[in-house]
Amino acid sequence: MSPWTPRGTVYGTLLNFQREWDLWSPRMTQDPHKAPPQAPVLYVKTANTFCPAGQDLLLQDGVTEVDIGATLGLVIGAQAQVMGALLLNDLSVPHTSYYRPPVKFRNRDGFLGLAAHTSPGRVQDWQALQIDVRRNGELVQTVDLRQLVRDLPTLLADVGAFMTLQPGDVLMVGTDCLADGTRPRAKAGDQVEISAPGFSAVTTHVKGLA
Amino acid sequence: MKHARIAWSGAIHEAVESDGQLLLTQGPHVGQRVAFDDVVWLPPLTPVPQARTVIALGLNYADHAKELAFKAPEEPLAFMKGEASLIGHRALTRRPSEAAFMHYECELAVVIGRTARHVKKDDAYDYIAGYSVANDYAIRDYLENWYRPNLRVKNRDTCTPIGPWLVDAADVPNPMALKLQTTVNGQVTQSGSTADMIFDVPTLIEYFSSFMTLNPGDLILTGTPDGVVNVKPGDVVVTEIESIGALTNTLIAA
Repeated sequence: MSPWTPRGTVYGTLLNFQREWDLWSPRMTQDPHKAPPQAPVLYVKTANTFCPAGQDLLLQDGVTEVDIGATLGLVIGAQAQVMGALLLNDLSVPHTSYYRPPVKFRNRDGFLGLAAHTSPGRVQDWQALQIDVRRNGELVQTVDLRQLVRDLPTLLADVGAFMTLQPGDVLMVGTDCLADGTRPRAKAGDQVEISAPGFSAVTTHVKGLA
Repeated sequence: MKHARIAWSGAIHEAVESDGQLLLTQGPHVGQRVAFDDVVWLPPLTPVPQARTVIALGLNYADHAKELAFKAPEEPLAFMKGEASLIGHRALTRRPSEAAFMHYECELAVVIGRTARHVKKDDAYDYIAGYSVANDYAIRDYLENWYRPNLRVKNRDTCTPIGPWLVDAADVPNPMALKLQTTVNGQVTQSGSTADMIFDVPTLIEYFSSFMTLNPGDLILTGTPDGVVNVKPGDVVVTEIESIGALTNTLIAA
C-alpha cells in the first residue's frame, strides 16, 4: 500500500496555541497588525509540499534550517464532518512577521511531512492529545492540544463560518512554539519524529544538497 | 483554440468554441454542437490528481502603485487559495448581507502546462498551457492584518469565478499587452492593460518556480488594476480580457 497523501486542500492554522498567542499579545495592537485576529488565520499547504512517509526532506534553494511544526490534521469527509486525523510535520522557513502571506516560507517542496496513514475517530477523542517531537532521538517538544486557543470543535465551526471544507480536505489545528517563542529547528542530517498515542508517526529525514 | 468544460445532458463534457457554439470533443456526444445558453459552465480546468495549487497576486499593477504613490513591491505579494473557491462562468456568487464592501477583481489567469521548477524568465512561456479570466472577489470587511489578505477575505465559497474559456497559449502571442475591463450592470467600472503588471507572467513563473514546483493545471491569478467598486446582490459583473473571454457573474444575497 502506498503511503497516504491528501486528496484535497490542506489548510494550516496560525496562532492557535495559547502560549504563542500570549507572547504575541502585546504586539497585536501595534503596527502593522493594529488589532488581534478575529477569525482563524489560515494558510494553504499546496500539493508540492506533500512529503509522503518514506520520502526525505531536501533542503535547497538557500534554505539551511527549518522550523518543525508538529500538528494534528483533521481529515474531512462528507458534509464537512471529520472522518479521521493524522499527524503532520508542518515545516516552515523561520519567519518572525505574520503580516503578509507566508508562501515562500511555507510552500516549498517537501515542507509537509505526512504520516503513513490516517486514524479514524471523532474530534472528542483528540481534545487532550499530546504529541511528542524528537530530534535525533531526543525529546525537544510536547504539544498539548488542551492548550489550543480554539479547541477542535470551535476551530471547525469558526472556519466553517466563512468557507466550506470539502471531502478530502485537511485542517491542521496549529503548531506550538517553545517558551521563548521559537520553534524547534532541524537541519541537514537531522531525523525528526512526531508521535502520539493512536497515530502513525511522522518521520522526517532532513537532507541537504551535497 | 478556446476550451470549455460544461455540464450538459446529464454529464460533464469537454468542448471547444466553434462558430459561436460549443462543439463537444469527447464522450458519447462527441461532435455534437450545443448553444452557450443550453449548458452549465464549469471552471475550464481539467481535474488534477492532487489539490490544484492556486496562487493569487496582490498589488501587481503599476497604476494602482502610481495612484497610491507607494513604492512598488520588491517581490510579488502572493497568497494561496483552495480550489473549492472556484466556480464557472454565469454562476451565482454569494454576497454576505452584513458586508459593506465587496468588490470584483478582473485578473488574467495563467494555467501551467508542464512541471515547472527553476524556470528562467526567458523559458517561462514554454510552461504555460493557456489563459483564462478570473474574478478574484474580495470582501474587505473581513480584512485583517494577519497573513493579509487573509483567507476569510479571499477563500470564500463561490467567490472565485473563472472562465468561460481556457485559451491555448499558442493563440495568445503577447499576454502582456491585453486590455482588461470590468462592467457592473453594463457600466464600465474598471479598465486597464496587462502591460501594467509590476511582475509580468514570465517573472512570476521564474519567481515561484525558484522555490516551489508548479504542476500541470496549477493556476496563477496575476492581480488586478485599479478601479474596484462595491457590488450588490442582483448586480451582473462581467470581467473581460481581450482575446481571452468575458466572464459573467451574478451576485446574490447570502
